[in-house]
Amino acid sequence: MLLIEILPDKCDFCGCCVGVCPEDAIELKEAEIRIIEDLCTNCSKCVWSCPIETLKFNKKEKMPKAALGGER
Amino acid sequence: MKTDYDVIVVGAGPAGSTAAKFAAEKGISVLMLEKDRDVGYPVRCGEAVSKAGVEEFLTPDPKWISSSIDKFSLISPDHSEVIIGFSDTGYILERRVFDYELARQAAKAGAEVLTRAYVSGLIMDDGQVAGVKYQYRGEEKQLRAKVVIAADGVESRVGRWAGLKTHVDFRDMECCAQVTAANIDVDPNTCYFYFGKDVAPEGYLWVFPKGMGKANIGLGVSGLTGKSCSAISYLNSFMESNFPDAPLLTSIAGGVPCSVTLDRISAPGIMLTGDAARQVNPLSGGGIISGMIGGSIAGRIAAESVMSKKPDHIMTYDKAWNDRLGKRHEIFNRIKNGIYNFSDEKFNSIAHSFLKVPGDKRTLGSLFRTALFNQPSLLLDVAKVFLG
Repeated sequence: MLLIEILPDKCDFCGCCVGVCPEDAIELKEAEIRIIEDLCTNCSKCVWSCPIETLKFNKKEKMPKAALGGER
Repeated sequence: MKTDYDVIVVGAGPAGSTAAKFAAEKGISVLMLEKDRDVGYPVRCGEAVSKAGVEEFLTPDPKWISSSIDKFSLISPDHSEVIIGFSDTGYILERRVFDYELARQAAKAGAEVLTRAYVSGLIMDDGQVAGVKYQYRGEEKQLRAKVVIAADGVESRVGRWAGLKTHVDFRDMECCAQVTAANIDVDPNTCYFYFGKDVAPEGYLWVFPKGMGKANIGLGVSGLTGKSCSAISYLNSFMESNFPDAPLLTSIAGGVPCSVTLDRISAPGIMLTGDAARQVNPLSGGGIISGMIGGSIAGRIAAESVMSKKPDHIMTYDKAWNDRLGKRHEIFNRIKNGIYNFSDEKFNSIAHSFLKVPGDKRTLGSLFRTALFNQPSLLLDVAKVFLG
């Protein structure tokens, strides 16, 4: 289950999170970013590396319903 | 546009444009693809380069130079300031113009350039890279190439699709936030560096003058620091204490991979260069010149490989890079690891000791010797890279 959430309104699309992702689980275009749920292991390295607090690790019980459904 | 190129370069930053230029100059067909709509924008960079580094490739032009630098000011946690003067100057660039000029030169050499082209995968033939898949204005397309040069920056996904391990350990990622601010009253020819756990732990904060009272003010902290406190929160608190009323003309984030170069930067049909290859100087975090050097080697070797019809020739790139800069970066990385965890007290005591060094003996080499006097193995490393 994907527990990492990207807050797209805050994102600067800089690619820092992509560079540290061991699983190649983040896709970044010019101004579009998404986590590839099948590849993400929730390791949180992207969360720690984001310079501007765009990524969040949600504890299971706090996940928004839409995210729990795997939809974006 | 053709359907088949000798070389396709992914990414139009300094490394990609330099690779495209060096390859195209040999008369082979080259296409450079850029995911953003603009070459050179947005600028995720402090923009400082050494004069000698830039002049290896370009004749300096005021159009892309914001200011000339002849002094470093290093500020310790207790606000002791050490100033080091240079006989040779550096520049603060105007990257949006600089990158444009590099791409123009690649185009003049014969390279085609296409922006808004997002490379989403590789064409593989028998385990060998044979081209790229890309999205352009809502359409899925593909192009074949004898050599793909991946200059896709900090993300470095293209190399992964070819089976190379490119991701950076999060502790080696310098996570950066920067503003370009106006009404900043600093010396227009000095680069300022601030150190300490309250300013930028496991990294540093920079103030680089851009002329007319503008300055790039930014910092990088390790991903390890980011676990508890983000780059932007450090930057906000520095700005509040030092320049609370400065108008911010730009605010930007970015990642700088500060590690040694990847174990492998070539594989059948593909070469990696610039930030994508982790060719940044891991001590300073500077990646423009080293990326251009990497790009120039990659472009030259790619062209030689195509013209001699020897696909295996691209595998000589790893050694050529390591001989030119890669081994030097290993030394810089050891020095970085030696000073990475210095306490505020240590930074202060280095500054106090160094302030006793006579002005004409103050060099970066003598500063690092002071900083590392009780780590003899690193002193040798300092001697190798800062002297002679």
